[in-house]
Amino acid sequence: MNVEPIIEIRNVHKSFKTVQAVRGIDLCISPGQFVAVLGPNGAGKTTLVEMIEGIQQPDFGDIFIMGKTWKGNEKYLRHLIGLSLQETHFIDKLSVWETLRLFASFFEIGKDRCEETLNLIGLEEKRKAWVVNLSGGQRQRLALGIALLNKPRVLLLDEPTTGLDPNARREIWAILLKLKNQLNTSLVLTTHYMEEAEQLCDYIVIIDHGKILKQGSIAELLGEIQDLPVKPLEIRKITLDDLFISLTGRHLND
Amino acid sequence: MIERISHNQLFQLILANIRELIREPGVLFWGIIFPILMSLGLGVAFTRKKDVVTNIGVIGQTHFRKITVPDDKLGNNTFIFQSLTWKEAMIKLKRGNLNLILEEKNGAVQYHFDPMNPDAQLTYLKLARVLNTPTSLGKATNSEILPLKVNGTRYIDFLIPGLIAMGVMMSCMWGVSYAIIERRSKKLLRRMVATPMKRSNFLIALITVRVMMNFVEAGLLFLFAWLAFNITVQGNVAALFALFIAGNFAFAGIAIFISSHTAKTEVGNGLINALSMPMMVLSGVFFSYHNFPEWSIPVIQKFPLTMMADGIRSIMTEGAGFAETVLPIAILASTGLIFFVAGMKIFRWH
Repeated sequence: MNVEPIIEIRNVHKSFKTVQAVRGIDLCISPGQFVAVLGPNGAGKTTLVEMIEGIQQPDFGDIFIMGKTWKGNEKYLRHLIGLSLQETHFIDKLSVWETLRLFASFFEIGKDRCEETLNLIGLEEKRKAWVVNLSGGQRQRLALGIALLNKPRVLLLDEPTTGLDPNARREIWAILLKLKNQLNTSLVLTTHYMEEAEQLCDYIVIIDHGKILKQGSIAELLGEIQDLPVKPLEIRKITLDDLFISLTGRHLND
Repeated sequence: MIERISHNQLFQLILANIRELIREPGVLFWGIIFPILMSLGLGVAFTRKKDVVTNIGVIGQTHFRKITVPDDKLGNNTFIFQSLTWKEAMIKLKRGNLNLILEEKNGAVQYHFDPMNPDAQLTYLKLARVLNTPTSLGKATNSEILPLKVNGTRYIDFLIPGLIAMGVMMSCMWGVSYAIIERRSKKLLRRMVATPMKRSNFLIALITVRVMMNFVEAGLLFLFAWLAFNITVQGNVAALFALFIAGNFAFAGIAIFISSHTAKTEVGNGLINALSMPMMVLSGVFFSYHNFPEWSIPVIQKFPLTMMADGIRSIMTEGAGFAETVLPIAILASTGLIFFVAGMKIFRWH
């Protein structure tokens, strides 16, 4: 059966002054698919996410979300998308509950869904705490909760765990894995952490210099590494890290 | 019904802004009280001029027009005498164009001025010395002081309208402009704009809360002035209300325009100060802008803060109504509209 892609990116280009951030990307994401976009700093990950999110327009090419482009469909598409950025400062002196209520009002969502979300992100005890008094991990869970308020069909997470300690990172993963089994949401995740991509996603896209170098399931990509010219020096289990270095000549965090 | 309102995004945005404001006393201090203190400091420092020119009103006819007293150390003092009727003199006094009125009665010179106004006191002392010097005006040695206690002529009557106008300007500049720039720099605008939030609601909520706060502040200041100094509104209250709203709209529009693009709070600070500081000093908040050179006065009078302060002053102290203030109201409202529309055209949400 041929499933209609929820996100379809066709030959997309984007430049900023003299920098070509994205150069001819094609990508299809199916409903419920969790996709990790891996790449070093400056690879074009964030620009790609911003174009999917509709805040940047491609210079060339098209992006379809559920068969619609952003032009003329913004209000409809905004209801379908959830977003969490690497770092968002919400209003410091609003409580967790007040912040959820504020964002829920943008989607015309009531208190019940806010309660569900509060439970999902495990911040019931912090309901009355001001945002400024939350830890980094708790703030990121709140950001994720806000992204999930509208039960989005497309969830865009731009480096959601960068800068968090391993425990806080795993708490975010637990929420996302729970979500994976419950909702028919597609995830586009940009990350610096290979482990994160392996844990959460079934499809990996490796980009650098604005182009896709490789894409496929983890098994497919690891199978392909045998054919690459540069191979890991050590005799051990081949990982996505090895594949990434072989493709780009750089570590992911470079 | 209440549940429906509580789901409304504009209601939630207004509520969020009110909560943020009342939970941050520093915003009140740094946004409003501190600039007032700073401008007061500037006003005090800005007192020494090389040549001091003082306008004196003379009731009835006077044969002399100008007296200059040379002073190498403190600068020359020049007194310019204007023949006026009582009505003309009172209007000029209320506008800060004069601070002392002379009247000759039964061979004695009477000095009319507000004894609480230090400028008027100084003028009296200097002028009395000149007039009592036999070489300048031999016969005028018999004089008396008659304190002016009429509402509208005191320094405090001049000061309160200026403070109200300045409060609105500072509140809009810092409360609207800085809030937008800070939220942009912290990516909160980008996060909000990724939702179906109506963009205009964000700005409407910000401006609404600021205008509400300005009403409270101006109301408290007026209440204080009424209780402490018996200041009243001598003119049309509806015109004062309209002028206040127009002034708020003008400064909110300017605030949105200057914060429409930058994401750097340092740049925002600079922009806000560059715009508000000259107006604070020049627009006749603490002292009459007629102290500045003649050529600069038509320029100063076109500043929004000058228009608002002069308009409020004319209603509160001169008894003006809509007929006298319709022009500043229209100009302030148009200024707000132009800057608001221009700001929205170039507004960056991320």
